[in-house]
Amino acid sequence: MNHTCVYVLNQDSAYDFYVNKLGFKVHTDAPMGPGMRWLTVCPPEQPDLQISLMEIKESMMFKKEAAEQLKELVKKGTFGFGVFQCKDIYATYEELKAKGVVFTKEPKEEFYGIECLFKDDSGNWFSLGQSQ
Amino acid sequence: MESGKEQYPKVYLYRRIVQAKLFIEVSYNKEIDLSKIADEAFFSKFHFMRLFKSTYGKTPHQFLTQVRINKAQELLQNDSIKVGDVCFAVGFDSISSFTGLFKRLVGVTPSAYQLQQRLRRDAIKKEPLNFVPGCFSEKAGWK
Repeated sequence: MNHTCVYVLNQDSAYDFYVNKLGFKVHTDAPMGPGMRWLTVCPPEQPDLQISLMEIKESMMFKKEAAEQLKELVKKGTFGFGVFQCKDIYATYEELKAKGVVFTKEPKEEFYGIECLFKDDSGNWFSLGQSQ
Repeated sequence: MESGKEQYPKVYLYRRIVQAKLFIEVSYNKEIDLSKIADEAFFSKFHFMRLFKSTYGKTPHQFLTQVRINKAQELLQNDSIKVGDVCFAVGFDSISSFTGLFKRLVGVTPSAYQLQQRLRRDAIKKEPLNFVPGCFSEKAGWK
């Protein structure tokens, strides 16, 4: 896989979250016309995996009603868009917490490894794990 | 599974190491005394270096160098900035050391990197659709 998509409420805010808090790198930030922007970021150790931060708004992609419905679902934390892996979950957890990332589950040992859950600035949740 | 009593000292250690890392990230452009950071984290220098390396895979000095080079990459997005100014802005005091380290970690010299980034920006400005997968641009109505 080389592209995936995360639906966000605001691209500027998402940029701040993924780049300044999670430490992702900006892969492509391209204006596509008035009010349109192609913004992809990548985990620093996976420069070829582009995560598109797609703003939900009425457009060719979303009719007005669909955009409003999707925004509400995102705000409610309906979507979990993936699993991240790290070398040291406790250090990563403490660092991200210090940077203001909201965790919905503290690191806990599960049968598959140690896992915690956090959400982005829009409400999407992610699993962060460390293999045993 | 660790009990609460066993976990607490470990969490306390992590917080001290994380604070040291965050301090380096914020103070990268200043002269940093890593011994002082170890003292402020209540570690011996040896213990601090060992814990830092086992947590982050780099010694504090290697991490500081990486942070400086990353910041240099950000500054070099600006066409008009001189490589020498970037060198001193991120905390290096020798242009030759900075250039050598940059090339070792990034793969090209700072000036070559600055040119690469300018060419990429120009290409994105000229033909943005070349950087967007067709399925997305079609769905978004950009094509």
